[in-house]
Amino acid sequence: MSTLLVIAELTGRDLTESTGELVAAAQSVATDGDEIVVAVVSDDPSAAAVSAAGLGGDRVITVQHEALADMGVGGFEAPVATITAISNALSPSVILFSKSDFGTNVGPRVAVRVGGGFAQDCIGLRPGSDGRIAVTRPVYGGNALAEYAFTGDRVQVLTVRQNIFESTSGDTRSPIESLDAPAGVGEIRARLVETVAEESKGVRLEDADIVISGGRGLGGPEPFERLQALADTLGGALGASRAACDAGWIDHSHQVGLTGKSVSPNVYITFGISGASQHMAGCSGSRVIVAVNKDADANIFKDARFGVVGDWEKVFEGFQAAVEDLAVS
Amino acid sequence: MKQVPDPDTPPSAFHVDESANRVVPPPGTPPVVNGFDLNATEAALLLKDAAGGTDVEITIIAVGSEFVMDVVKRPLSMGADELVLVDDPALENLDAFATARVLAKTIEAQGPFDVVLCGRQASDWDNGHVPLVLSELLGFPCISFARNIKVTDSGVRVERSLTDGYQVVDSPLPAVITVTNELGEPRYPTLRGIMAATRKTPTTLSLNDIGVTDGDVAASLELTRLFVPESERRVEIIGGDDEVDAGRQLALRLREENLI
Ligand SMILES: Cc1cc2nc3c(=O)[nH]c(=O)nc-3n(C[C@H](O)[C@H](O)[C@H](O)COP(=O)(O)OP(=O)(O)OC[C@H]3O[C@@H](n4cnc5c(N)ncnc54)[C@H](O)[C@@H]3O)c2cc1C
Ligand SMILES: Nc1ncnc2c1ncn2[C@@H]1O[C@H](COP(=O)(O)O)[C@@H](O)[C@H]1O
Repeated sequence: MSTLLVIAELTGRDLTESTGELVAAAQSVATDGDEIVVAVVSDDPSAAAVSAAGLGGDRVITVQHEALADMGVGGFEAPVATITAISNALSPSVILFSKSDFGTNVGPRVAVRVGGGFAQDCIGLRPGSDGRIAVTRPVYGGNALAEYAFTGDRVQVLTVRQNIFESTSGDTRSPIESLDAPAGVGEIRARLVETVAEESKGVRLEDADIVISGGRGLGGPEPFERLQALADTLGGALGASRAACDAGWIDHSHQVGLTGKSVSPNVYITFGISGASQHMAGCSGSRVIVAVNKDADANIFKDARFGVVGDWEKVFEGFQAAVEDLAVS
Repeated sequence: MKQVPDPDTPPSAFHVDESANRVVPPPGTPPVVNGFDLNATEAALLLKDAAGGTDVEITIIAVGSEFVMDVVKRPLSMGADELVLVDDPALENLDAFATARVLAKTIEAQGPFDVVLCGRQASDWDNGHVPLVLSELLGFPCISFARNIKVTDSGVRVERSLTDGYQVVDSPLPAVITVTNELGEPRYPTLRGIMAATRKTPTTLSLNDIGVTDGDVAASLELTRLFVPESERRVEIIGGDDEVDAGRQLALRLREENLI
């Protein structure tokens, strides 16, 4: 029997959807008799713990400390110390974090402290040999997939990509216990001064059913205003490639891709994007990808379901006119 | 700084030798400095500029094998002062933990340093955790995804990028800071910089020199399979009387599919 430790992901003091995805990921490799424990660390974990108790795990553990406010954002020192202490108390075989700002910062450091190994951005988990797990993760910007096994009997620490596993829910409520915060958890070196949120107008990219996205092929900032207007008409959101963001044509908060946002709309419509694997890594969860590109050999056509080969501006003109006609009719 | 295969290799030219679990770069494509590491170099140069160009010394450390001198000298030609190469055949395919252990030993041997700047992730294995592991080994705080770094009386003030906005974090030094592309374009080498870099000889160290043991470079993750996933998608190319009409047809087709 072994313990799989799921680290709950919060925004503020609320549990996020991805915690349920982590429980599902843990269930996918748990065998009979294994225990799934969800840990909630926060300055006030009570409400999130109640939500976590309904996810189908076996137990919820909470740790409360003021240094854990907002999950210790900034230098993440308090959650690193706290989760290390939880791990020492439970001796789990696996610790699962979400591939989020929190998970990518805290996971590797916990892995060092508990003498574990660490695998980033896993999209597949399966039982491996000797009761260990095997993980699959995209590498080389998504050009290739790699399968890994953790060596020895070290703790297997990993982050799981979001929107891959279907979030769970349980029929029963699992018991909630609290653990004391480890000594010294409040002794923090790096401190958060402030968080400045970029207001996204309209639909959030991550939640949009329709995303209109532009790349370097658009040639400047002005076309992005036209794409935004079309996205507004369609009730969708505006995305962009990193090349367009780096050029300063559009804010980085619109960047889709490996190091930007992950989107999973019904339809992802691109204008002037070449389809580099690092861009596609952020939109491959879309149901349908549409490509408009003047280069018939552009890689994006390999991933797209529908495409037009041509100058974006002309194609856009006809597309927008038709959308407006459809809206009136 | 890490030397990596060129990430701009088009997917059609991207090949994997599945029997050896390794990527085979297209012939004639030289490696490059990992993109984010040039951003990290730029961050170091900005700190040096802010200090008036004096009193700040920038050392570039790379761990690996088969270094291409023109490639790894790029940060020098941008204005960095010194290049340290830990060059050993045993370092060809280290996992992130082993890499961090070698980096920690090198930093301890070459330091002390006030700031350790890294890229946010390497474009080959996309791990994004060498710097975090390194910070633990060195006992330093780690601030990730920096888009702006200012030295203050008590350390550094870092703006770290989030997907929606940013955070301001104060940290004492020494610290590990990872740098993202939002910091801005790395500067181009000047002719003078290139000349200066040509004259500089890197310090080359072997694992022995820095006291790295077999245990330090032992893997904690074993790569069991590397492959290029198949894509089954088939694109339907939509035409029309002209490009404008093709755009119109596209909209109608998407409506037919209930997508818009
Ligand atoms: C580690 C790493 C992480 C990265 N993360 C991301 C990420 O998160 N997101 C991301 O997007 N990128 C990311 N990148 C960058 C990525 O590799 C590509 O460089 C980038 O996506 C290219 O953007 P693009 O398609 O807009 O530009 P390009 O590749 O330059 O493509 C422009 C396209 O526009 C077409 N075009 C030009 N003119 C016209 C016209 N008039 N009409 C129609 N089509 C036209 C061209 O044919 C071309 O296909 C990352 C790279 C690395 C190494
Ligand atoms: N072999 C290496 N030599 C020097 N620095 C490295 C090496 N590997 C990783 N790094 C640093 O760590 C960062 C993140 O790498 P990674 O965790 O491998 O994605 C890189 O951007 C580099 O700054």
